[in-house]
Amino acid sequence: MQGADLIDEAGRQLTICNACRYCEGYCPVFPAIEVRREFGRADVFFLANLCHDCRACYYACMYSPPHEFAVNFPQIMSEVRLESYRAWSWPPLLAGSFRDIRKGIILAGLSIGLTIALALTLVVPVKLFAVHRGPGGFYTVVPFLVMLLPALGLTLYGGAVWMIGGIRFWKDTEGELPCPMSFRVLAQTVGDILNLKWLRGGGQRGCYYPKAHPAQARRLYHSLVYYGFLSATVSTTLAAIYQDILHKLPPYPYNSAPVLFGSIGGVAIIIGVVGLLVLKATSDRDPAHSPSLGLDYLFLIILGMTALSGMLTLLFRESSAMGIILTVHLGLVAALFITMPYGKLVHSLYRSLAILRHHLEQSQPHRNAQGH
Amino acid sequence: MGTRSTTQDSSLTLVANAPAQFDVIVVGGGNAALCAALAARRLTPSVLLLERAPQHMRGGNTRHTRNIRCASAGNANSSEEYKVEEFLEDLIDVTGGPPNLDLAKLAIRQSRDLPHWMSEHGILWQPALAGTLHLGRTNRWFLGGGKALVNAYYDALSRMGIAVRYDAHVVDLLIEDGEFRAVTLMNGDAQETIGGRAVVVAAGGFEANIDWLKRFWGDAADNFLVRGTPFNDGTILARLIAKDARQIGDPKSFHAIAVDGRAPKFDGGIVTRLDSIPVGVVVNRYGRRFYDEGEDIWPKRYAIWGRLIAEQPGQIAYSIVDAKTIRSFLPPVYKPYQAASLKDLAALLKLDIATFVDTIQSFNRATAGNIEFRLTRLDGVKTRGLIPPKSNWALPIDRAPFYGFPLRPGITFTYMGVEVDSQARVIQRSGRPFSNVYAAGEIMSGNILTKGYLAGFGLTIGSVFGRLAGKEAANHAGR
Repeated sequence: MQGADLIDEAGRQLTICNACRYCEGYCPVFPAIEVRREFGRADVFFLANLCHDCRACYYACMYSPPHEFAVNFPQIMSEVRLESYRAWSWPPLLAGSFRDIRKGIILAGLSIGLTIALALTLVVPVKLFAVHRGPGGFYTVVPFLVMLLPALGLTLYGGAVWMIGGIRFWKDTEGELPCPMSFRVLAQTVGDILNLKWLRGGGQRGCYYPKAHPAQARRLYHSLVYYGFLSATVSTTLAAIYQDILHKLPPYPYNSAPVLFGSIGGVAIIIGVVGLLVLKATSDRDPAHSPSLGLDYLFLIILGMTALSGMLTLLFRESSAMGIILTVHLGLVAALFITMPYGKLVHSLYRSLAILRHHLEQSQPHRNAQGH
Repeated sequence: MGTRSTTQDSSLTLVANAPAQFDVIVVGGGNAALCAALAARRLTPSVLLLERAPQHMRGGNTRHTRNIRCASAGNANSSEEYKVEEFLEDLIDVTGGPPNLDLAKLAIRQSRDLPHWMSEHGILWQPALAGTLHLGRTNRWFLGGGKALVNAYYDALSRMGIAVRYDAHVVDLLIEDGEFRAVTLMNGDAQETIGGRAVVVAAGGFEANIDWLKRFWGDAADNFLVRGTPFNDGTILARLIAKDARQIGDPKSFHAIAVDGRAPKFDGGIVTRLDSIPVGVVVNRYGRRFYDEGEDIWPKRYAIWGRLIAEQPGQIAYSIVDAKTIRSFLPPVYKPYQAASLKDLAALLKLDIATFVDTIQSFNRATAGNIEFRLTRLDGVKTRGLIPPKSNWALPIDRAPFYGFPLRPGITFTYMGVEVDSQARVIQRSGRPFSNVYAAGEIMSGNILTKGYLAGFGLTIGSVFGRLAGKEAANHAGR
């Protein structure tokens, strides 16, 4: 389903939820449903991004298929999410990755291939396979500026696309201006995001994932990926400080802060990614939306391989394999950055904004609430 | 009939020589059956639960429940206690007094430790749902509603190693000299017999058996909608009565509410109910009003409307509201019929235009000057000089667009069942109990409820008597 049909079908299911309300205790989506009576595109897009796909409601629903009401809440929300990602992304050609996973795969493949090709043409083959030790060793393989400039460019580009997406989210879901924002709203929002609170499946025993029973596995693995990613970001930032402010060139000792943060982050990401991949592969297909699952796999594989190649670069940095491993690692990093605005990672932006929008909405007196 | 009795006789002979395969067999798969199986399992490892529905439909009418009424000394939702005495008064107030006061007291007394017992078996809780705060002190809400509760109990059964069979259509109980020997079930065309030392019947009422309802209601029953499981056709209830179990409760009575006439024939559950009645008027197929829509606050009166509509010609009625009030009740699942004028609405609903317009205009004259209502209380905003009157929340229906919802009786459950004693044993017509046949849930709730309903009390009866029946059955099997 696409466009108006998809919105109508989501609206149909949300109307059933609004007449039922048994799931009110599970997550913020249901209280947000209850302050509405009609479900247009703005409402459907907002609610879909507030949904964390914990699936508690699916198993609790007496109207799930084969009931003639055919309510499959996690599935329709996933489908709408994908549609919203596409609508908010830019430019349309690349945004098409959200509708056709093959475009995303091609984009990632091109990123890796081009980076490696670029590195190989710029690097003297002898240096690629030589052993490099001591400060600046990496840069003898791939010169610093060749690493920095594309990375910087891609970050700025990705940031700009995300910014466009964020603004479009807010306009499209008819959010009110978030200022002045109360400290309470801000604290609730940040708390929910850092805690991955709604991966608790109703705030209690975890998502109903991979099967019909509540379990903490999804939240655990997601936390590992999430905090691993943050730890790796800290590592990169510290390395930049070491290099540009302290004028110490990499590689850094094993007990230095950039290596420690990077290693902890890398290992956490690898465990988290493997865990999530196993969970997804064994998860119940009935409440799933296959194209969304494809997007999950693509992102997790790129992220996991990036972390793995990063760890291998560390382990083999004093061997002759370093050059080629580093090159592959940089290719994967490039793919991660390039696909950032066109892949699963955008959920972190839109879900955070949806949580903020939800807390803002709930802090207002309910204009639409019905006083029964 | 001849074939049937032959098969019964042959299986009887067969069973007489066959050993019991299970200590306790539970027939049914809803709350009462699950509680019985769990309680029995504490005393014997040999328990079998036979659920007629396929796995995705398991749980009977429990799937559609959302809270349970429990006496307490302060509960999680409220620090105020709900005393056993007050609970009993509420029951007597609503039902006019239970047929078996001792059993009612037993259910209420034992309801106090249900929340703890339920938590022990994996049930999760949540605060009272918005819009039901008036029940916050007396009832407890399980997280996610009845299907989540059913799932949690089946998980508990699985953890405790209780055998469960789905699609297990029990067609008969083999009883010799007042003693249960075996159940007979159908697997497609094949008949299967399973022996047991005791049986708990928790197989629900007969509200989904339209032919049975027709005995009392005639063809009108064709227009009834069944809110719950299509599997409650009363097979086991009928077999028990045929085997001399003593019947209790008015066979014609059922609990029914007004549901949207476009709802599914079965299993529409909670979402098809309509809360628009107290804010507007209700007319029958002749376009005339027939009952005071503002008689009492809605939570106290919604349950009389099923019966009222069942008694109207064609078993249909229409709830009419206007632009002023369309947003003042819980959002309905089906869109209303909508028209710019009363005439057009009558045409849309296929009502006699002159009569319908006259009904609304008379109502509007009788409510002239009424500006505002307060739904949360009896606000005394009423009609003057109109029959039937509307005693509260009576505002003229004069602002376009106008809206209409078709209403049908939606049956929740039937009251008639089998009589039990204080050990949940089924009583025979002679007055003596069967030695090893126990009953729990809707199939015996007629011992306590004969009319009316207290929100959440069905689960209370099912849980208390389910546990009791399971325990007693296991005790009997162990002797």
